[in-house]
Amino acid sequence: MTSYWPLLGVAVVVAGFALKRNPMVVVVTAGLVSGFAAGKSPGDLLALLGTAFVNSRSLLLFTLTLPVIGVLERAGLRERARTWILGFTRLTLAGLLIAYLAVRQVLAMFGLIYVAGHAQTVRPLLAPMTDATSTRQLGALDDDTRERVRAISAATDNVGVFFGEDVFLAFGAVLLIKGFFDGQGIQLDPLTIGLWALPTAIAAFVIHAVRIVIFERRLRRRIATAPAAKETR
Amino acid sequence: MLTLSHVFFLMGALLTATAVLNALERRWWNAGFWAIPAMPCLVGDPVLAALKAGTRWPAQAMGVGVIALALIAPRTRGGVKENDPAEREASAARLGDRLFIPALTIPVVVAALVLYVRYVGWPVTRLLDVNQAALISLGIATMVALIVALIVTRAGPVQGLTEGRRLTDTIGWAVVLPTLLATLGAVFVDTGVGKAVAALVGYVIPVESWLACLLAFGLGMVAFTAIMGNAFAAFPVMMAGIGLPLLITRHGANPAVLGAMGMLTGYCGTLVTPMAANFNVVPAILLELRDPYGVIRAQWPTALVLLATNLVLMSVFVFR
Repeated sequence: MTSYWPLLGVAVVVAGFALKRNPMVVVVTAGLVSGFAAGKSPGDLLALLGTAFVNSRSLLLFTLTLPVIGVLERAGLRERARTWILGFTRLTLAGLLIAYLAVRQVLAMFGLIYVAGHAQTVRPLLAPMTDATSTRQLGALDDDTRERVRAISAATDNVGVFFGEDVFLAFGAVLLIKGFFDGQGIQLDPLTIGLWALPTAIAAFVIHAVRIVIFERRLRRRIATAPAAKETR
Repeated sequence: MLTLSHVFFLMGALLTATAVLNALERRWWNAGFWAIPAMPCLVGDPVLAALKAGTRWPAQAMGVGVIALALIAPRTRGGVKENDPAEREASAARLGDRLFIPALTIPVVVAALVLYVRYVGWPVTRLLDVNQAALISLGIATMVALIVALIVTRAGPVQGLTEGRRLTDTIGWAVVLPTLLATLGAVFVDTGVGKAVAALVGYVIPVESWLACLLAFGLGMVAFTAIMGNAFAAFPVMMAGIGLPLLITRHGANPAVLGAMGMLTGYCGTLVTPMAANFNVVPAILLELRDPYGVIRAQWPTALVLLATNLVLMSVFVFR
């Protein structure tokens, strides 16, 4: 007989995010609610939380990139990235983002996941470059527009890495899929699983590239109809 | 031999330094906050070993730490001031393209190490744990890049700590959020949330229709991934609940195709959920967006169109 009470934890998550409470508080509350609803003793629940926390520590790994990025930012890396990209006088925002998407996706296909990322490349390099390029190409941007350009830069990194990483090489997700079927007595070749990720990878590239082009076109129209924005930086 | 534990020690040391620097400025809440995630990095292995041997209190102490994180997080304060923009401009003009060298060191070292371990191996395979080569390579690359950066910018080694601390405090509690969400995911699995979801889905779908089963599987992957923030957690649940008994056994679906495409369908869910904090919330803070859901807003149309495409691809290829 399945118990449905632990689903209360999911309800806490949904309600917490909808009400925009501090996510840290929401997440821990949800864990406690779900645990108690499943009839766990406080001692068991604490041990479960602690063990899971220790097992998830590799997600803190990106903090290791922060010292070097911080030192370089202080020395003007973002400013240099802007100047450098402005040297490509015919480059468009869409061209830059689609090129980044392609490179990110292909690198991920060969297992090079950690060569780029939000801390390593998006904040110090890609964001200043898209900002400078769109300003040169379309004129001064208002704050709202600048944020949207930065947001789509981050989104492009996500799409690239998500839909590249499962192709060709037996990596995280492919091994998980293989592991699940192994446990059920179904033998699969990792390469076959990987190759079946290819149609989606191609679709993801095409869809997101088209969206980038549409985004740029909307941006141009928006700036053309709001000449007042030119005065603000 | 270098293992992931050494990389964790390094992370622990860095977080401890961040805590100490905050304590020196009497920012006590921040100091206390950063000391907590330093613990699993520094003493995580002994905690897990003790648990295996039957001693539970170290793991329970970590559990208390998790609750403390939630209590302290709303009280922590934001970032530290950056240096003057004019100073940065002058430095950028002086150093020019040399600034890119340390930044490119990270990808180059990661790529070189990962590819070397895979295609050549010896003697590097005897120096580091091959199973964790990607993460260990990232750890090594960040330190090599830091040394190169300090040489190029002629900064003192302490600047690595103070600037690392500046960025850590800028991102704030969101640094730890992905870890806490993964923790919550583990609690959900352990308390049977997954089984309950799969059972609920099983009640509502007409099992004799392959299309209904496929839609339930695909949309279930998306919904469950959005709840857990992680397609890896959703996959075994949806596969065991719907994929294997209904699609593969009953309707004859191809497991390799269903596995690969099912997982990627789940990724569409990752693109739209704040639960996937490391992809969706942390970058919004790193890029100083006022809208914490700005990145999700930028990517949900891609996720939606791709989800529809993927469902069509699955219905064409899965039953061939």
